[in-house]
Amino acid sequence: MSGVSPSLAPMRAEFGDAVERHLVSCGDTVVYVRRDRSHDVLAWLKETPSQEFTYLTDITAVEYRDPEQPLEVVYQLRCLDRRADLRIKVALDKRGPLEVRSVWDLWRGADWLEREVYDMFGVTFAGHPDLRRILMWETYSEGHPLRKSFPLRGHFSRSEQTRQALGANPEAHYSMEELSLAEAFQELPADMRERLARGERGFLR
Amino acid sequence: MSRRTVDMALATPGVDAEGRPARIPLRTEPAGVRFDESFGAEHMLVNIGPQHPATHGVLRLVIELEGETVVRCIPHVGYLHSGFEKLGEYRQYNQLIPLTDRTDYLSPMANNVGLALAVEKLMGLEVPERCRVLRVIACEMSRIISHLVWLGTTGIDLGAYTPFLWSFQQRERIYDLQESWTGARLTTSVTRVGGMMADVPSGWTEALRDFTRTFPRTLTEVDTMFTRNAIWIGRTQGVGVLTAEEATNYSLSGPMLRASGVAYDVRKDQPYLDYQTYDFDVPVGEHGDIYDRYRVRLEEMWQSNRILEQALDRLARLEGAPINVEDPRVILPPKSRAMSDMEAMIFHFKQVMEGVKPPIGEAYMGVENPKGELGYYLVSDGTSKPVRWRIRPPSFINLASLPKMCEGALLSDVIAINASVDIVMGEVDR
Repeated sequence: MSGVSPSLAPMRAEFGDAVERHLVSCGDTVVYVRRDRSHDVLAWLKETPSQEFTYLTDITAVEYRDPEQPLEVVYQLRCLDRRADLRIKVALDKRGPLEVRSVWDLWRGADWLEREVYDMFGVTFAGHPDLRRILMWETYSEGHPLRKSFPLRGHFSRSEQTRQALGANPEAHYSMEELSLAEAFQELPADMRERLARGERGFLR
Repeated sequence: MSRRTVDMALATPGVDAEGRPARIPLRTEPAGVRFDESFGAEHMLVNIGPQHPATHGVLRLVIELEGETVVRCIPHVGYLHSGFEKLGEYRQYNQLIPLTDRTDYLSPMANNVGLALAVEKLMGLEVPERCRVLRVIACEMSRIISHLVWLGTTGIDLGAYTPFLWSFQQRERIYDLQESWTGARLTTSVTRVGGMMADVPSGWTEALRDFTRTFPRTLTEVDTMFTRNAIWIGRTQGVGVLTAEEATNYSLSGPMLRASGVAYDVRKDQPYLDYQTYDFDVPVGEHGDIYDRYRVRLEEMWQSNRILEQALDRLARLEGAPINVEDPRVILPPKSRAMSDMEAMIFHFKQVMEGVKPPIGEAYMGVENPKGELGYYLVSDGTSKPVRWRIRPPSFINLASLPKMCEGALLSDVIAINASVDIVMGEVDR
């Protein structure tokens, strides 16, 4: 359990300075990877015969209490045959766009996990086919709950939250894509039908 | 596979000559008659839940149907979202334990153990042997009650009511044991960082011993009722199939992963709590369908019972041994010492007012929960509250494969497939 993961040296040889730094914390190796190469590194780790990190245990993000520190997207990888774990981190400068390439094409397990990180932290995953909120509802407008700037009880007052919850139309509970299938399509409000005709879905452009 | 794999020969009436699970297609139209093609050409949208007994909680499924065949299944989750991870950033480490009770509320003790292990990994603590044995007992009791709920409710979903009564009767016995150990039937909060909330009361081990002796009878009865039952086989074999590759790609864990033939069990492969010293087998399926998931879970209950028996033997040997680490940073001194000894009082004060303070760092701890691999990822900045407390929720990640499994299935199969995932919405939504 102790010591640096044996995957680090070949990673450095393959990707050079795209592998920024590494550390060992509580026996786990953490490798920081540059944002623009993250997908390449993860694909290499998954597909190289000597690595074979075919199992994506988890994707999450960390925001530190210090506002100067970058937000980190965390990939927890596992090689099932060697019983080896590896943690890859991508640091995102909060002044720039919070965007990283999706690994949906490598692991289908990333589908909901990336949606959750998007929902909770506002990190967008380029290339994800269906990046919608998942735990919060699609029209939720208070922001991203796990950001440190988000107060524990939300941005809105309790009365405003209640008003919005009670005032939601039935169609607010369906995505535009789902509504486009409904038999009752002709009975939908005209503005909604127009949006459907334009191919818009949810609040994401 | 090797010794770790229980042989699961699936020689049942639902298997054809080549050993593949056979399904008899339901044909309603008389031979030679074709129905009007335009009839049913439109796709229909069916909404199931969130208030529907067969979705096992507040899960909502929007299903696009062509006739009775599922074209697409879109799950909606989040109705039970409680923001535990956010709340955790405002709580001390020991105060996270009551929150873990409420995530996977069908196996609260196993969650408590997972959190304590994660914080101990962060702090580099090693708990005493009696504590480890008690935690193994807590985990395996949880596995049995969680699988019993799964068995009972899935049986009801597929029209078998009797096994539900049997399994809930046995589950009640474990709940009574939980109650006499922790004082609560559901919100157990049985662990603390560096130890346990309490040792088991006197007479408790005999009660558990009695359970391990008589519980297998129920398992045998369920086995008789289900394993070779034609209706059960017809509804479960070849339904909701995921291959080993797909199961890995979808990040499945626990019985879902092993039913697809991937022999990965955290207890065996990254052992914690001395699991490597217990003698037990890990059942692995081969077809990845609902039936194999049932076989895997049923066998896991037998194996959990075996582990419980061994743990009880060890517990008897460790009678009177300490259950907490000797570390005043994490364990409160006895009240009598705190009232008479200055140093003990200071430790008591610091712990109550400030809480446990792990060093700067981060740790991921995965444990084999009944639903799959439950992971706690903790990031500490040296204060008494975590910067980030991430729960890797096995139910959530397993449920993400539902649309894939439902593609092309019948609407009635959706209920069976959803039941086979064994979700608990408290954990999916957190």
